Amino acid sequence: MPDSIVRVLDIAIGGLLTGGIYALIAMGLSLQYGVARVLNIAHGEFIMLGAFTTFTLYTVFGINPLLSLVIIGPIIFIIGFLLHRTLFTRLRISAPNPDAYAASSMLATFGLLFIIQNLALLGWGADLRSYSYLNFGVNLGGAIFAANRLVTLGFAIGIGLGFYIFLVRSRIGKAIRAAAQDPETAGLMGVNINLVLAICFALGAVMAGLAGTLLSMRFPITPTMGLNYTIIAIIIVVLGGLGSIPGSFIGGFILGIIGTIVNYIEPSLSLAAYYFIFMLLLLVRPKGIFGK
Amino acid sequence: MDITAFTSRKFLIPGVITLVLLIALVTLPLYSSLYMVILVTAILMYTILTVSWALFSGPSGYLSLASAAFFGIGIYTSAMLLPNTGVVLPLLVVVALGGVISFIVALLVGFLTLRLRGIYFAIFTFGLVELIKQVLIYYEINITGTRGRFIVLVENEHIFWIMLALFILLMLTTYFLRHSKFGLALQSIGENEEAAAHRGINVTMVKVITFAISAFFMGAAGAVIATKWTYIDPYIAFNALFSFLPILMAIFGGIGQIYGPVIGSVVFAYLEETLLTKFPYYYMLTFGIVLVGVILFLPGGLAGLIQRLWRRRLRGQHANT
Repeated sequence: MPDSIVRVLDIAIGGLLTGGIYALIAMGLSLQYGVARVLNIAHGEFIMLGAFTTFTLYTVFGINPLLSLVIIGPIIFIIGFLLHRTLFTRLRISAPNPDAYAASSMLATFGLLFIIQNLALLGWGADLRSYSYLNFGVNLGGAIFAANRLVTLGFAIGIGLGFYIFLVRSRIGKAIRAAAQDPETAGLMGVNINLVLAICFALGAVMAGLAGTLLSMRFPITPTMGLNYTIIAIIIVVLGGLGSIPGSFIGGFILGIIGTIVNYIEPSLSLAAYYFIFMLLLLVRPKGIFGK
Repeated sequence: MDITAFTSRKFLIPGVITLVLLIALVTLPLYSSLYMVILVTAILMYTILTVSWALFSGPSGYLSLASAAFFGIGIYTSAMLLPNTGVVLPLLVVVALGGVISFIVALLVGFLTLRLRGIYFAIFTFGLVELIKQVLIYYEINITGTRGRFIVLVENEHIFWIMLALFILLMLTTYFLRHSKFGLALQSIGENEEAAAHRGINVTMVKVITFAISAFFMGAAGAVIATKWTYIDPYIAFNALFSFLPILMAIFGGIGQIYGPVIGSVVFAYLEETLLTKFPYYYMLTFGIVLVGVILFLPGGLAGLIQRLWRRRLRGQHANT
């Protein structure tokens, strides 16, 4: 194959690989913000928790990182559920209007960010950590990719689709979508709003935690890694349209590919490019590409 | 205005207290240790950031996360105009310039973004800090070929007095804004923007100008404190924490009263200066717990609590008579 085609393929697949994890993280935030109305600045901290738990399980107990997915999911679900039942439900009930709740809950998540991050710093220390798992090359049409990147992409897409099907097909998923459209009316129709919102928040945290597990297979991790991913997730959620789950999924891939292209041309500008696109989007089309 | 209004008890006691505090502050370097001067300078810096954040975001209800951007612009103004080698401009000129540049940037940003409602505005202003930081990193590495910059050394007393002057100017501005038609207009925008617009208030103008005034003080404070830090790079200058801390301090103190943000920032800045270097993780952990606690249990902040207790006391007195 000619050199240029290999290069294009390289960028395209690299973008999809990054995008897969982005999509997962953004879907989680979309559930939390789009439905539960909590703009969770501590979203990335759940990614970090997932990553560090996987790291500890693998290096100390020798548990396969892919198996940790099944262990970490339920634990983070419980943490997220309890957080919403105690903290956010109380804030929601005492807030005079939805705007006030959006502001107070966002500020509370800043507090959560400080709490979780510093507990992790106390527990795990500030060093970069990494482990080696499935670290060998796989040849895909001339370009070589590490096996763990392909596995994480597969799992990211699998988990993302799984959640999507759950939302579309299951009874709870229906209640969640009803609550997203109109919490008041959904409540009148017999949906237990507080329960549904808590489940949404917890599911969003689970997606972040699982993304963290996948990330830890590929990248070094540190307790302060969370905020960058939160920002990327916020950008994607705005890109895809606030509250639109498929929008977040596709937006994740779009941002992944854009990031890889910019990274290829001028690596030091890739973050600047993210913000630039994001701010431009907010000004031109704040509803997002897929927003109604 | 009736002169007796100022001699009445309502004005006399707070007036005397303010005057005594002012004299004590202005003469601080004459009687206290250097450590104390540096500590109070840091506290004043946080107070300026917090009060100027509350000046705009308090009444208008727009949650701005751009404080770090304006603060950083001020810091870089200092860094570029007051290098530790070569010709330097007078410090006061640089401080004023830092404020004015922040003011102008805030005007531009304000006109662009203040039509974004609610959470979009918060997200945008947060992105602004990161965008400026990333572009500056790119510029410094690829065009000037440096990462950080050294700044000329200034005497601690001078830094302190300039910071104090800024603080007093800010408090006067806040006071007069609150008691003017302009402040009332801003308040009404926070309560119901559409109604304010129908009432004939030029909402965009009021919002943008207040936003820019608050940015002026943040930029000026950044320009002053940069001379104290002597070395800066984009990560130090545009640290997102400078957007968050003022908000936490303001909320802890309570944004309903003019003195709320002052109390909040004095308490937290003092804790930060004494604890941060020794127990950084515990300090930030406590910070998070207090923040969540205040949001949950003290929606009016410390000032709100003080007011509630005060009212209860007054009610108690009336009940006794």
